[in-house]
Amino acid sequence: MTLNILIPAALGYVIFLFAIASWAERRAEALRASGRRPRFLRSPLVYTLSLSVYCTAWTFYGAVGYAARSGLEFITIYLGPTLIFVGWWWFLRKLVRIGKAQRVTSIADLISARYGKSNMVGVIVTLLAVAATTPYIALQLQSIALSFGAFTEDQILAPRQLAMWVAAGLALFTILFGTRNLDANEQHHGVVTAIAVEAVVKLVALFAVGVWVVWGLMDGPGDMMARIAAADRPEWQVQPGRWMGLTFLAGVAIVTLPRMFQVMVVENADERHVSTASWAFPLYLMAMSLFVLPIAVAGMELLPADANPDLYVLTLPHSLGQNGLAMLAFLGGFSAATSMVIIASIALATMVSNHIVVPLWLARRRHVTDPSRAAGDMRGLVLTARRLSIGVILALGYLYFAVSGGSRALASIGLIAFVGMAQVLPALLGALYWRGASRTGAAAGLTVGAVAWLYTSFLPSFGPGVVLGADLMTYGPFGLDWLRPHALFGVVGMDPLLHALFWSLSLNGVMFIAASLVSFPSPVERVQSAQFVNAFDLDRPEDLQGARGWAREAAENDAEDLLVMSQRTLGPVEAQLFFEREARAQGKDGFLPDPTPDFLDRLERELGGSVGAATAHAMITQIVGGRLVTVDDLMAVASETAQIMEHSAQLEAKSEELARTARQLRDANEMLQKLSVQKDSFLSQISHELRTPMTSIRAFSEILMDDEVHGEEQTRYARIIHDESIRLTRLLDDLLDLSVLENGQVNLDIQPGKLSDLLDRALMASNSVLPERRFTIHRIGFDEPISLNTDIGRLTQVFINILSNARKYCVSETPEMRIFLRRQGGRVTVDFIDNGAGIEKKSQALIFEKFSRLTDTHQAGGAGLGLAICREIMLNLGGDIAYVPGQGGAAFRVTFPADLSARPAKASKAAR
Amino acid sequence: MNTRRSPLFLERENYRRRRLMDGARVLPVLGFVLILLPVLWTQGGQMGTAGEAVYLFLLWLGLIIAAALLARPLRAAMSREAPRQSDAVRQSAAPESNPSPSETPDSDAPE
Repeated sequence: MTLNILIPAALGYVIFLFAIASWAERRAEALRASGRRPRFLRSPLVYTLSLSVYCTAWTFYGAVGYAARSGLEFITIYLGPTLIFVGWWWFLRKLVRIGKAQRVTSIADLISARYGKSNMVGVIVTLLAVAATTPYIALQLQSIALSFGAFTEDQILAPRQLAMWVAAGLALFTILFGTRNLDANEQHHGVVTAIAVEAVVKLVALFAVGVWVVWGLMDGPGDMMARIAAADRPEWQVQPGRWMGLTFLAGVAIVTLPRMFQVMVVENADERHVSTASWAFPLYLMAMSLFVLPIAVAGMELLPADANPDLYVLTLPHSLGQNGLAMLAFLGGFSAATSMVIIASIALATMVSNHIVVPLWLARRRHVTDPSRAAGDMRGLVLTARRLSIGVILALGYLYFAVSGGSRALASIGLIAFVGMAQVLPALLGALYWRGASRTGAAAGLTVGAVAWLYTSFLPSFGPGVVLGADLMTYGPFGLDWLRPHALFGVVGMDPLLHALFWSLSLNGVMFIAASLVSFPSPVERVQSAQFVNAFDLDRPEDLQGARGWAREAAENDAEDLLVMSQRTLGPVEAQLFFEREARAQGKDGFLPDPTPDFLDRLERELGGSVGAATAHAMITQIVGGRLVTVDDLMAVASETAQIMEHSAQLEAKSEELARTARQLRDANEMLQKLSVQKDSFLSQISHELRTPMTSIRAFSEILMDDEVHGEEQTRYARIIHDESIRLTRLLDDLLDLSVLENGQVNLDIQPGKLSDLLDRALMASNSVLPERRFTIHRIGFDEPISLNTDIGRLTQVFINILSNARKYCVSETPEMRIFLRRQGGRVTVDFIDNGAGIEKKSQALIFEKFSRLTDTHQAGGAGLGLAICREIMLNLGGDIAYVPGQGGAAFRVTFPADLSARPAKASKAAR
Repeated sequence: MNTRRSPLFLERENYRRRRLMDGARVLPVLGFVLILLPVLWTQGGQMGTAGEAVYLFLLWLGLIIAAALLARPLRAAMSREAPRQSDAVRQSAAPESNPSPSETPDSDAPE
């Protein structure tokens, strides 16, 4: 096979890609015009296949070479991403969510948007990405040049010249499809579709070679295993440090590499596609790795020892006469290289134009008097900037290839790029999970990490004497041997790659955290940190209460300037549509909505979707001026929220209090109603009580007035009248007594006495009530005599009343009365417990009220005043009387101070 | 400023969904530990490269199958956890849908 066939084949393949890409563009355009969404072009399948841009020529050619040199270690490069995708729920889900919510255009945009829309951080990430991607692009050019070279050993071919043509061709393709328009969402249907097709091409090519090797050259899988075992070499042994380090590094690379970020986040159409990719992409990676080891082993066996193992995929079929297969393999490798170069240069060009070119241009125009006119034709500028950037990036890649000589193993170049992009990791993790991560921290960490990477990995990669002198490599700068690039701080003998990874990431992380801890973020930064870290608490970013980048309304006439500026950035149609929609949402006609903070926020995000958050922010700031959110605004929102929360807590407490009061009122009302009923019944009762003696007094006095009554009868009638009037008097005395006690006008007759004597007297006196009943009395706790100093007479009256009640109402056949005595401090407690039926629960609250009677029977003729009087007496004595439920009968507890003179009698009255 | 309070206890369906998410989080950790196993074998030296390759590919396949089994219920959980997410997607795609005022003082109850 000669160049005469290869070059047309490569050209034909590029034309095929061209056709695919332009078909996809036109189809998407047509669907958009008819108002539908490109379903297939944006399906999970295409999404997963486009992710395969991870598998570059490095995978296609380099993995086999890697396997031939170091055995299984190549697999770590695919296991790391597998873990990240399998664990998408941790990280990728949030990354994609934020990327879509914030309309992120690149990884530099994401980092700069999170850290206060600071262009400084964006520039650092951009420069780092350019530095890290350049060798990677060089790697692709080198692999293409090598693959051409493999076919044409007999022909004189200048690989550099060839690489230059390839670079130029790719630049043309990328410019044509990557910068066709300044899409609001920065999505490229044509390119993504072409990449998906390329994914299939490279997989099929590698599979075909693999199948041919296993079933054509070897005798199936069994033989293959035996040959792998036979080819085992000592240097194939797994090295623990590299194994772990590379798995980690590859996992980091899949999220930080600009091209991966581009297809994974920026080109993502629906975040649910990530769930499909979580298993489908690892499956793709596994399929790509499946035949690597067999091809390597076959190459080692069948090809001469001096053959470049990086090209086994190609040279194996070629040297064995399988020209068709070799051609397929060549196209597979070609497609792997081109897809990487295209996506990487689009991603980098976006970064360069959004973070370097446009800000520079804006800064240059800042002094122009009318800022809106200053915007000029932004679209043209951005597109030109991108086209130029693509050219420059490919030129840089070519330059790296030309300078470094393109002689080293593919794998090591790829890994250097990985370590470079891994420097974004601390800032990225901080962006997503740590509110405290600050712009200063991110900038410090990124800078230190980038410098460490340049010094320990990137610059030495050119070889001693090219950039870093051989002396410096061996003895360190100025003879400081603890600063040797491969033995930093005295760490000697570590694998150079691990050494670079360890030091750059450690220094980066430490600086990032330390600087974040000591710095104070700007208000915009704090707003953004809330929107990023709390991404899942919000359906849309602006739902975050109070977390807006703009605090005050802009001047009315700024709206027109904003429209002019937006037209020049988004394009007239898009911009007018957006403004009209916003105006309608505000209830206005026309194209000019009120420039409210919300509107400014949305406009900024819309613009950010095409020129990046930092630039969009700067452009709006230029027009509306200092209406940015300030610390005071943030604090106002915070204190507002705190006030609302406090207010609601107060309301809650108040309503609880109200409920409590309402219940008390209800209880009191019930009590009043019951009392009113009782009072009525008492009034009829008392009338009856008064009327009965009155009736007999009247009747007998009428009889006495008749002269027919004589002697003995007269005396008898007079006694009846006398008795009845005594009964009346007693009743009135009780009432009088009660009212005196209630008003606290009673004169207490305080004198010393013994409690046991008092009780004896009370028992004796109460025996006169129903004397036929025999009570058994148990006294408990009367071991030591208790001397009292109180109104003995009144206290006795209380005891008598309780004991009499027991005699009257205890229903037991063998009535018993237990009297417990307790003394605590200066207070005496006496419990009277009988073994009767007790008092029902509903009546317990009423028995101490005046006029209350539990039974209607006229037992001993009480008027229901006894217990009420008792309670008034006890309160006057500084004590209390209470019913104790659950004692197996009626139980009354009387408590009072042993020495009443010690305390004022009135105090307890108030305690009612 | 997040005023949402997630409920302390969940009914059965929600509970299962939460455990599913836990499973999705544990899977990569488990995978990482298992991927590191060959390092330990090398110290012993009895497994050849061929054996290790078989082990790794089987492990790989296992991880893929586990992820595939989890993917569908997780996707369902995703749209249920954020029911308005689909609206947000639609909004970014279709220009007609009018943006809702962002003044709503509090976010809705989560579920």
